[in-house]
Amino acid sequence: MTDLHDAPPRDWATEFDHTKEDYAADAPAVWAELRDRCPVAHSDAHGGVWLPTRHEDIAAIAHDTEHFSSEGVIVNIFKPEGLAPMGYAPPITSDPPFHADARRLMLPAFGPKAIAELEEGTRESCRQLLDELLADVTGPDDIVDAATQYAQHIPVRVIADMLGLPKEDGPRFRDFIHRIIEKPGEYSGTLGVEDTLLFYLTNVIVERRNGPPTDDLIGYLLQAEMDGEPLTNEHIFGTIALLIIAGIDTTWSAIGASLWHLAQHPEDRKRLAEDPDVLVFAVEEFLRFYAPVTMARIAAVDTEIGGCPVAERDWVLLPFPAANRDPEAFERADEFVIDRQRNRHLAFGLGIHRCLGSNLARLELTVAVDEWMKRIPDFELADPATVRWSTGQVRGPRELPVRILKTVEA
Amino acid sequence: MRVTLDSEKCQGHGRCYALASNVFDTDDEGYAVLLVDGDGTLAPDQEQAAILAAENCPEYAIEVHPS
Repeated sequence: MTDLHDAPPRDWATEFDHTKEDYAADAPAVWAELRDRCPVAHSDAHGGVWLPTRHEDIAAIAHDTEHFSSEGVIVNIFKPEGLAPMGYAPPITSDPPFHADARRLMLPAFGPKAIAELEEGTRESCRQLLDELLADVTGPDDIVDAATQYAQHIPVRVIADMLGLPKEDGPRFRDFIHRIIEKPGEYSGTLGVEDTLLFYLTNVIVERRNGPPTDDLIGYLLQAEMDGEPLTNEHIFGTIALLIIAGIDTTWSAIGASLWHLAQHPEDRKRLAEDPDVLVFAVEEFLRFYAPVTMARIAAVDTEIGGCPVAERDWVLLPFPAANRDPEAFERADEFVIDRQRNRHLAFGLGIHRCLGSNLARLELTVAVDEWMKRIPDFELADPATVRWSTGQVRGPRELPVRILKTVEA
Repeated sequence: MRVTLDSEKCQGHGRCYALASNVFDTDDEGYAVLLVDGDGTLAPDQEQAAILAAENCPEYAIEVHPS
């Protein structure tokens, strides 16, 4: 937190750095200021990066795979090169036409009907976490951490189960994610080989190839074919890495941000308790208002964003949460409206790269909020100053101490 | 009231299936499938759901027409 207090305020139009605490602490205010003053900002951080903040520009880039490549999706001074069209984590890093086939392989496992079958297991997992969390609570006014004791464990368990990996590996997943997404580039050259995601997954793949076939996503990828050929090792590795990296931090952030909101809004807690039908709309409003994910692209050619010239190979951030708060695109954009009826938010992106796991994320968020509210209908922030928001392209509370005001027996 | 679905625009966000399962189904890959035959004329009990689906489709793939 030091740079919040010691450094002079930045000029967000030219000096933003999305991996620093000052940006993370109140990113919506940064986007609002830029939307009015300099809607396509540029900073020299990370070797140079653009930041559009208007819905119109962000939607246009997401739909424009001709001028904007997905070869790199996490801004890093080490810019991927020569990896197109597959990229290092297909299909999210893939460009057409490779992208369509790589994505089609994964779609059936993540369709709404396949994901609905995970509901009961996910509810059970949430209830178990709540039992453990409340076991230490002896009376009203006790404090628990809704991020580290609840939200962060839910997606880890679901993804580990889908991949067929032990849920005890969860802490290792979180280390990989922290280094890759929250502090990109900072750990380069400082890690032992055995501490890397590459080493972990290489071992998993070798073990699985030598063992019997398994009925999980890793087993599926090892058997899968594209154009009549088995997938390359790079493809299998990249897709598993993607599911670990993209499926955990993101959902954990959405759950945590939603609980952060509810902790401060008794009227919304009351509405959820009294009107269960509002949950489906509340979840979409949580996703709009607290969309965790900012993606990135690399300009494929010299191009422009909203009239601003962008050079081939420039990094471009795609802050979907900024688009979601643009008053040109949403009525009362800066208000959380729990039963918002018209909500075309872009929390999961737009176009061919629409988040593959969106149905799963929605299920996890819905169930996590629902189960929490059933057991802990009343709670508040223990101290707003102790809430810490993550840095980087996935935004959510990493520490979220809340005071329990009321519990209901399971 | 009629509904139309532009399958070229649909990216499988799944909002229509969640909000209007009496008007939309999904295929195995999660893309929307219209359950209304012919020219898309809606039964009275489908109209509100179809409007809700259209107003929540992030890709503007669904349109509801007055007749």
